[in-house]
Amino acid sequence: MEKKVLYFEDVREGDEAPPVVMANITRTQIVKYAGASGDFNPIHHDELYAIRAGNDRVFAMGMMTAGFLSHMVTDWVGDGNLRKYRIRFATRVWPGDTITCKGKITRKYTRDGKSYIEADVFAENQNSEKAIIGTTVAELPSRTAP
Amino acid sequence: MSIQDLIGKEIPPFDIPIGRGKIREFARAIGDENPIYHDAACARKSPFGATLAPPTFTTTKLFWQTGGTTADIPDLDYRFVLHGEEEYEYFKPVVAGDVLTGTGKIAESYEKAGKRGGKMIFVVFEFTFHNQKGEKVLLSRSTMIQTGGVVKN
Repeated sequence: MEKKVLYFEDVREGDEAPPVVMANITRTQIVKYAGASGDFNPIHHDELYAIRAGNDRVFAMGMMTAGFLSHMVTDWVGDGNLRKYRIRFATRVWPGDTITCKGKITRKYTRDGKSYIEADVFAENQNSEKAIIGTTVAELPSRTAP
Repeated sequence: MSIQDLIGKEIPPFDIPIGRGKIREFARAIGDENPIYHDAACARKSPFGATLAPPTFTTTKLFWQTGGTTADIPDLDYRFVLHGEEEYEYFKPVVAGDVLTGTGKIAESYEKAGKRGGKMIFVVFEFTFHNQKGEKVLLSRSTMIQTGGVVKN
Protein backbone atom coordinates (compact mmCIF):
# COMPACT_ATOMS: atom_id res chain seq x y z
CA MET A 1 0.00 0.00 0.00
CA GLU A 2 1.39 3.39 -1.02
CA LYS A 3 1.49 5.77 1.92
CA LYS A 4 0.18 9.28 1.54
CA VAL A 5 2.92 11.85 2.20
CA LEU A 6 1.91 14.94 4.14
CA TYR A 7 3.63 17.90 2.44
CA PHE A 8 4.16 21.22 4.15
CA GLU A 9 2.49 23.13 1.29
CA ASP A 10 -0.67 21.05 1.58
CA VAL A 11 -1.44 21.65 5.26
CA ARG A 12 -3.18 24.58 6.92
CA GLU A 13 -3.50 25.68 10.50
CA GLY A 14 -6.67 24.09 11.87
CA ASP A 15 -6.30 20.91 9.79
CA GLU A 16 -7.18 17.79 11.73
CA ALA A 17 -5.42 14.43 11.80
CA PRO A 18 -7.16 11.20 10.81
CA PRO A 19 -8.16 9.79 14.23
CA VAL A 20 -6.93 6.46 15.57
CA VAL A 21 -9.36 4.44 17.72
CA MET A 22 -8.38 1.70 20.16
CA ALA A 23 -11.64 0.01 21.08
CA ASN A 24 -12.41 -1.82 24.31
CA ILE A 25 -9.00 -1.97 26.04
CA THR A 26 -8.49 -5.37 27.66
CA ARG A 27 -6.35 -6.57 30.54
CA THR A 28 -4.56 -8.76 27.99
CA GLN A 29 -3.63 -5.67 26.01
CA ILE A 30 -2.24 -4.04 29.17
CA VAL A 31 -0.18 -7.17 29.88
CA LYS A 32 1.07 -7.15 26.28
CA TYR A 33 2.28 -3.59 26.75
CA ALA A 34 3.89 -4.54 30.08
CA GLY A 35 5.92 -7.22 28.31
CA ALA A 36 6.79 -5.02 25.36
CA SER A 37 7.85 -2.02 27.42
CA GLY A 38 9.26 -3.64 30.53
CA ASP A 39 6.86 -1.77 32.80
CA PHE A 40 6.11 -4.46 35.38
CA ASN A 41 4.65 -2.21 38.05
CA PRO A 42 2.07 -4.67 39.51
CA ILE A 43 -0.52 -1.89 39.78
CA HIS A 44 -1.10 -2.45 36.02
CA HIS A 45 -1.42 -6.26 35.92
CA ASP A 46 -2.04 -7.64 39.42
CA GLU A 47 -5.70 -6.96 40.24
CA LEU A 48 -5.34 -7.91 43.92
CA TYR A 49 -2.36 -5.59 44.36
CA ALA A 50 -4.21 -2.78 42.57
CA ILE A 51 -7.27 -3.22 44.78
CA ARG A 52 -5.19 -3.38 47.97
CA ALA A 53 -3.56 -0.10 46.93
CA GLY A 54 -7.06 1.42 46.86
CA ASN A 55 -8.02 1.15 43.19
CA ASP A 56 -11.17 -0.49 41.83
CA ARG A 57 -9.13 -2.62 39.46
CA VAL A 58 -5.95 -2.54 37.37
CA PHE A 59 -5.47 0.40 35.02
CA ALA A 60 -3.33 0.99 31.94
CA MET A 61 0.11 2.54 31.96
CA GLY A 62 0.04 6.15 30.83
CA MET A 63 2.77 5.26 28.36
CA MET A 64 0.53 2.70 26.66
CA THR A 65 -1.97 5.43 25.81
CA ALA A 66 0.96 7.70 24.90
CA GLY A 67 1.95 4.96 22.45
CA PHE A 68 -1.55 4.90 20.91
CA LEU A 69 -1.36 8.68 20.53
CA SER A 70 2.12 8.55 18.99
CA HIS A 71 0.76 6.00 16.48
CA MET A 72 -1.84 8.57 15.38
CA VAL A 73 0.89 11.22 15.11
CA THR A 74 3.38 9.17 13.08
CA ASP A 75 0.66 7.91 10.71
CA TRP A 76 -0.22 11.56 10.14
CA VAL A 77 3.17 13.34 9.89
CA GLY A 78 5.22 10.45 8.49
CA ASP A 79 7.94 8.15 9.80
CA GLY A 80 10.92 9.84 11.39
CA ASN A 81 9.46 13.36 11.09
CA LEU A 82 8.61 13.89 14.73
CA ARG A 83 10.87 16.46 16.42
CA LYS A 84 9.08 17.05 19.73
CA TYR A 85 6.38 15.15 21.56
CA ARG A 86 5.18 16.41 24.92
CA ILE A 87 2.34 14.82 26.84
CA ARG A 88 0.57 15.28 30.14
CA PHE A 89 -1.40 12.44 31.71
CA ALA A 90 -4.85 13.50 32.89
CA THR A 91 -7.44 10.76 33.41
CA ARG A 92 -6.48 7.12 33.78
CA VAL A 93 -7.45 4.44 31.25
CA TRP A 94 -9.32 1.35 32.51
CA PRO A 95 -10.09 -2.05 31.00
CA GLY A 96 -13.21 -1.65 28.85
CA ASP A 97 -12.40 1.93 27.80
CA THR A 98 -12.33 2.95 24.15
CA ILE A 99 -9.61 5.47 23.36
CA THR A 100 -9.74 7.89 20.43
CA CYS A 101 -6.60 9.81 19.44
CA LYS A 102 -6.94 13.14 17.66
CA GLY A 103 -4.79 16.06 16.54
CA LYS A 104 -5.06 19.52 15.04
CA ILE A 105 -2.42 21.79 13.48
CA THR A 106 -1.95 24.98 15.49
CA ARG A 107 0.94 26.56 13.60
CA LYS A 108 3.08 26.10 10.47
CA TYR A 109 6.39 27.83 9.90
CA THR A 110 9.79 27.55 8.28
CA ARG A 111 13.09 27.97 10.09
CA ASP A 112 16.62 27.64 8.68
CA GLY A 113 15.19 26.30 5.43
CA LYS A 114 13.17 23.57 7.15
CA SER A 115 9.40 23.28 7.32
CA TYR A 116 7.58 22.56 10.58
CA ILE A 117 4.10 22.13 11.96
CA GLU A 118 2.98 22.31 15.55
CA ALA A 119 -0.11 20.41 16.61
CA ASP A 120 -2.26 19.89 19.68
CA VAL A 121 -2.95 16.22 20.24
CA PHE A 122 -5.02 14.28 22.73
CA ALA A 123 -6.40 10.85 23.58
CA GLU A 124 -9.91 10.70 25.03
CA ASN A 125 -12.13 7.96 26.40
CA GLN A 126 -15.72 7.05 25.45
CA ASN A 127 -17.02 9.77 27.80
CA SER A 128 -14.91 12.45 26.06
CA GLU A 129 -12.64 12.70 29.10
CA LYS A 130 -9.06 13.44 28.10
CA ALA A 131 -6.65 10.70 29.14
CA ILE A 132 -3.65 12.52 27.62
CA ILE A 133 -3.17 16.05 26.37
CA GLY A 134 -0.09 16.92 24.36
CA THR A 135 1.72 18.98 21.78
CA THR A 136 3.99 17.93 18.95
CA VAL A 137 6.39 19.49 16.50
CA ALA A 138 7.05 17.71 13.21
CA GLU A 139 9.31 18.52 10.29
CA LEU A 140 7.42 18.00 7.04
CA PRO A 141 8.82 17.43 3.57
CA SER A 142 8.39 20.35 1.19
CA ARG A 143 7.40 20.08 -2.48
CA THR A 144 9.95 22.78 -3.30
CA ALA A 145 12.86 21.37 -1.27
CA PRO A 146 15.83 20.14 -3.30
CA MET B 1 16.88 13.79 53.50
CA SER B 2 14.59 16.41 52.03
CA ILE B 3 13.13 15.97 48.59
CA GLN B 4 15.02 19.02 47.29
CA ASP B 5 18.31 17.25 48.02
CA LEU B 6 17.58 14.96 45.08
CA ILE B 7 18.13 17.76 42.55
CA GLY B 8 21.22 17.13 40.46
CA LYS B 9 21.49 13.49 41.51
CA GLU B 10 23.04 11.67 38.58
CA ILE B 11 21.80 8.39 37.23
CA PRO B 12 24.66 6.10 36.21
CA PRO B 13 24.99 5.63 32.41
CA PHE B 14 23.11 2.64 31.04
CA ASP B 15 22.84 0.93 27.66
CA ILE B 16 19.71 0.20 25.66
CA PRO B 17 20.30 -2.21 22.77
CA ILE B 18 17.64 -1.62 20.13
CA GLY B 19 16.36 -4.96 18.81
CA ARG B 20 14.10 -5.59 15.84
CA GLY B 21 12.03 -8.23 17.68
CA LYS B 22 11.44 -5.89 20.59
CA ILE B 23 10.41 -3.06 18.25
CA ARG B 24 7.89 -5.37 16.58
CA GLU B 25 6.49 -6.49 19.93
CA PHE B 26 6.24 -2.88 21.12
CA ALA B 27 4.57 -1.67 17.91
CA ARG B 28 2.03 -4.48 18.18
CA ALA B 29 1.33 -3.54 21.82
CA ILE B 30 0.41 0.01 20.78
CA GLY B 31 -1.72 -1.26 17.88
CA ASP B 32 0.62 0.02 15.17
CA GLU B 33 1.00 -2.22 12.10
CA ASN B 34 3.21 0.24 10.17
CA PRO B 35 5.58 -1.89 8.01
CA ILE B 36 8.55 0.29 9.05
CA TYR B 37 8.31 -1.57 12.41
CA HIS B 38 7.31 -5.01 11.12
CA ASP B 39 8.72 -5.64 7.66
CA ALA B 40 12.52 -5.80 7.66
CA ALA B 41 12.80 -5.68 3.85
CA CYS B 42 10.60 -2.59 3.66
CA ALA B 43 12.60 -0.96 6.48
CA ARG B 44 15.91 -1.70 4.73
CA LYS B 45 14.68 0.09 1.59
CA SER B 46 13.48 3.09 3.64
CA PRO B 47 15.60 6.21 4.24
CA PHE B 48 16.41 4.80 7.70
CA GLY B 49 18.01 1.65 6.32
CA ALA B 50 16.68 -0.53 9.15
CA THR B 51 13.65 -1.12 11.38
CA LEU B 52 12.73 2.19 12.97
CA ALA B 53 12.03 2.50 16.71
CA PRO B 54 8.63 4.05 17.54
CA PRO B 55 8.74 7.47 19.27
CA THR B 56 8.10 6.24 22.81
CA PHE B 57 10.07 2.98 22.53
CA THR B 58 12.89 3.97 24.89
CA THR B 59 10.83 5.07 27.85
CA THR B 60 9.52 2.70 30.47
CA LYS B 61 12.59 0.52 30.47
CA LEU B 62 14.24 3.37 32.30
CA PHE B 63 12.00 2.98 35.27
CA TRP B 64 11.66 -0.73 35.72
CA GLN B 65 14.52 -2.58 34.09
CA THR B 66 17.79 -0.79 34.55
CA GLY B 67 17.58 -0.63 38.33
CA GLY B 68 19.29 2.23 40.04
CA THR B 69 16.96 4.84 38.61
CA THR B 70 13.76 5.61 40.42
CA ALA B 71 14.16 2.44 42.43
CA ASP B 72 16.71 3.94 44.78
CA ILE B 73 14.81 7.03 45.80
CA PRO B 74 13.70 6.04 49.28
CA ASP B 75 11.05 8.73 49.68
CA LEU B 76 8.85 7.41 46.90
CA ASP B 77 6.11 4.90 47.62
CA TYR B 78 5.45 3.16 44.32
CA ARG B 79 1.88 2.29 45.11
CA PHE B 80 1.11 5.96 44.82
CA VAL B 81 3.44 7.17 42.08
CA LEU B 82 1.83 8.43 38.90
CA HIS B 83 3.43 9.41 35.65
CA GLY B 84 2.62 13.10 35.30
CA GLU B 85 4.28 14.21 32.08
CA GLU B 86 6.64 12.94 29.41
CA GLU B 87 8.52 15.02 26.92
CA TYR B 88 10.78 14.04 24.01
CA GLU B 89 13.04 15.86 21.65
CA TYR B 90 14.23 13.86 18.63
CA PHE B 91 17.50 14.59 16.82
CA LYS B 92 18.27 11.44 14.80
CA PRO B 93 16.31 8.30 13.98
CA VAL B 94 16.81 5.32 16.31
CA VAL B 95 16.91 2.00 14.44
CA ALA B 96 17.32 -1.71 15.14
CA GLY B 97 20.97 -2.54 15.68
CA ASP B 98 21.71 0.71 17.50
CA VAL B 99 23.00 0.64 21.04
CA LEU B 100 21.97 3.74 22.91
CA THR B 101 23.75 5.01 25.96
CA GLY B 102 21.60 6.99 28.33
CA THR B 103 22.77 9.42 30.93
CA GLY B 104 20.36 11.03 33.30
CA LYS B 105 19.86 13.20 36.29
CA ILE B 106 17.12 14.50 38.49
CA ALA B 107 16.47 17.93 37.07
CA GLU B 108 13.83 19.06 39.53
CA SER B 109 12.11 17.84 42.66
CA TYR B 110 9.62 19.70 44.78
CA GLU B 111 6.53 19.34 46.93
CA LYS B 112 3.10 20.80 46.44
CA ALA B 113 -0.17 20.64 48.32
CA GLY B 114 -2.51 18.31 46.40
CA LYS B 115 -5.87 19.57 45.16
CA ARG B 116 -7.55 16.54 46.64
CA GLY B 117 -5.67 16.86 49.91
CA GLY B 118 -2.32 15.52 51.03
CA LYS B 119 1.19 16.31 49.91
CA MET B 120 2.38 15.68 46.37
CA ILE B 121 6.02 15.08 45.52
CA PHE B 122 7.20 15.89 41.98
CA VAL B 123 10.42 14.42 40.58
CA VAL B 124 11.60 15.32 37.07
CA PHE B 125 14.11 13.01 35.40
CA GLU B 126 16.06 14.19 32.39
CA PHE B 127 17.78 11.73 30.06
CA THR B 128 20.09 12.21 27.08
CA PHE B 129 20.70 9.35 24.66
CA HIS B 130 23.63 8.90 22.29
CA ASN B 131 23.98 6.12 19.74
CA GLN B 132 27.05 3.95 19.14
CA LYS B 133 28.42 6.57 16.69
CA GLY B 134 28.36 9.16 19.46
CA GLU B 135 25.46 11.07 17.89
CA LYS B 136 22.91 12.62 20.20
CA VAL B 137 19.61 11.03 19.18
CA LEU B 138 17.09 11.84 21.88
CA LEU B 139 16.34 13.88 24.97
CA SER B 140 13.56 12.92 27.34
CA ARG B 141 12.08 14.41 30.49
CA SER B 142 9.79 12.41 32.75
CA THR B 143 7.76 13.89 35.57
CA MET B 144 6.75 11.42 38.26
CA ILE B 145 4.26 12.44 40.92
CA GLN B 146 3.77 10.79 44.26
CA THR B 147 0.31 11.51 45.56
CA GLY B 148 -0.68 11.50 49.23
CA GLY B 149 -2.70 8.35 48.64
CA VAL B 150 -4.70 6.65 45.95
CA VAL B 151 -6.11 8.99 43.31
CA LYS B 152 -9.86 8.91 42.77
CA ASN B 153 -11.00 10.02 39.38
